[in-house]
Amino acid sequence: MALTPQEIGRIAHLARLELGSGESEHMRAQLNGFFDIVEQIRAVDTAGITPLTHPVAAVAPVALRLREDVASEPDDRTANQQNAPAVERGLFLVPRVIE
Amino acid sequence: MSTSTPPNELHELSVSALAQALRERKLSALETTEYFLARMRQHQDLAAFLAVDEDASRAQARHADARLAGGSTAPLEGVPLAHKDIFVTRDFPTTAGSRMLAGYRSPFDATVVHKLAEAGAVTLGKLNCDEFAMGSANENSAVPPVGFDAPRPVQNPWDRARVPGGSSGGSAAAVAARLVPGATGTDTGGSIRQPAGFCGITGIKPTYGRASRYGMVAFASSLDQAGPLARTAEDCALLLSAMCGPDPDRDSTALDRPAEDFGRQLGAALDGLRIGLPREFFADGLAPGVRAAIDGTLKEYEKLGARLVPISLPRTELAIPVYYIIAPAEASSNLSRFDGVKFGHRAKDYADLMDMYKKTRAEGFGDEVKRRIMIGTYVLSHGYYDAYYLQAQKIRRMIADDFQQAFQECDLIAGPVAPSVAWKIGEHGNDPLADYLADIFTLPGSLAGLPGMSVPAGFGEHGMPVGLQLIGNYFQEARLLNAAHRLQQATDFHLRSPAGF
Repeated sequence: MALTPQEIGRIAHLARLELGSGESEHMRAQLNGFFDIVEQIRAVDTAGITPLTHPVAAVAPVALRLREDVASEPDDRTANQQNAPAVERGLFLVPRVIE
Repeated sequence: MSTSTPPNELHELSVSALAQALRERKLSALETTEYFLARMRQHQDLAAFLAVDEDASRAQARHADARLAGGSTAPLEGVPLAHKDIFVTRDFPTTAGSRMLAGYRSPFDATVVHKLAEAGAVTLGKLNCDEFAMGSANENSAVPPVGFDAPRPVQNPWDRARVPGGSSGGSAAAVAARLVPGATGTDTGGSIRQPAGFCGITGIKPTYGRASRYGMVAFASSLDQAGPLARTAEDCALLLSAMCGPDPDRDSTALDRPAEDFGRQLGAALDGLRIGLPREFFADGLAPGVRAAIDGTLKEYEKLGARLVPISLPRTELAIPVYYIIAPAEASSNLSRFDGVKFGHRAKDYADLMDMYKKTRAEGFGDEVKRRIMIGTYVLSHGYYDAYYLQAQKIRRMIADDFQQAFQECDLIAGPVAPSVAWKIGEHGNDPLADYLADIFTLPGSLAGLPGMSVPAGFGEHGMPVGLQLIGNYFQEARLLNAAHRLQQATDFHLRSPAGF
């Protein structure tokens, strides 16, 4: 398997990354090198094996807990927005998306 | 020890000795903090720190002194520590080593930071790390360290031309150079154990889920785990006991296991302890100097009454592709939050919203982060998810099962932390695969979520430190620390300090 320049472009779009043409070609070479070592996993027989998501589930069932559905956060809007690139009247500003 | 130690040698004191001297009021938290701040300034050319705020540290120290005056017996009251810049902190900026978060101020403290503060610790600053904890050499940091105008790699105090390991490289270098008695780190695929090994100090990654991930800038959520780095196993036990515990309101993956005193069996005898040696960890690629150091340490264990048992972890090599699929997959998802809207960098010039996302992320992320986002996006995309991501998660279970098989025959597993000693800065020539392959011995335990340690095991090639890796079964941290502590009572590798520090 080798990724084509078109595939690199498609993945970069899905990942919302702008890649210059030189960067794109370099990325393609590095990803192809990486997927060479990944190919070996395809040959492993995993029939009947359940994917492992929480590692401790390898020895005991792990139930991801849900907390009570009550508000426990104070209103911290000002502090939470202090790092935003653009804010107005408590709203995050983005480029116009609706004409 | 504390009674006879003049205040100009505070950096020689362990975390527990400092805590005791503070409790006994032989030292004040403020003078201790001033001492370490001065030492940090003196050695800032190591590039270990990304942020300091001396007044914030002093204010924390004064609070600790007030509590000490009120008779506080909190286990770390007044002890100065520093945090890997992956943990968000209210009093210091948090960057995760990325341009994306330059200048970011968190409105809250990470749970681990909060718990250590509740135990009395004073924060000295934030420590350098690979960008979003992605790296094995701390060469991927994109933020200028304290005292510099441009990003630069952290130096290994044992040889400044060499890397400290990564991604918790600033933590390991700072502890090895005695700029701090202890530090926090995070371990996703070896990021506590490998830098601890490369810098000749002690570090432990607990069982996945022991420590809350709340406020740790997320890399790979099913792997990331916090832990301490210090000079001794005893100090690691003290710090780990303060860091762990359930976090029911904040982290659904943290386990409902009450906090433990991980130092409760430090001194227990090792008679009859079965130490498993995976033959895959002692194969051809292991540097001879590393092998000799590990062999010497294993002999010490035999003298202490332990028995060495040959075992096999047959899927050790597969751990590399499995990890480098799962971790980037989770990273690509976690890092989608950096879009230039709610926090972090935003590109200056863009045509529309989509263009803003793409340019913001192109400018804000470094090369390694982009590579992993690309890999992760691909293996999660339609048509490839089953073949790569799901297949990797299935093999992940097989790797975890291999460990359970091995633990039928042994109580602990031992081997090298890495196949070589720390390499030279730039030696891997920007070849990411060379870094990935060097992670081979730490990845299997990470995928299985098992607790693992690095313990100083002497010196190998070029006189550089070698780390012995100890892996325990789930929740066996106290036993790991016991084994490490007994070794440290019989050896002095953990007491050696690099020349000039």
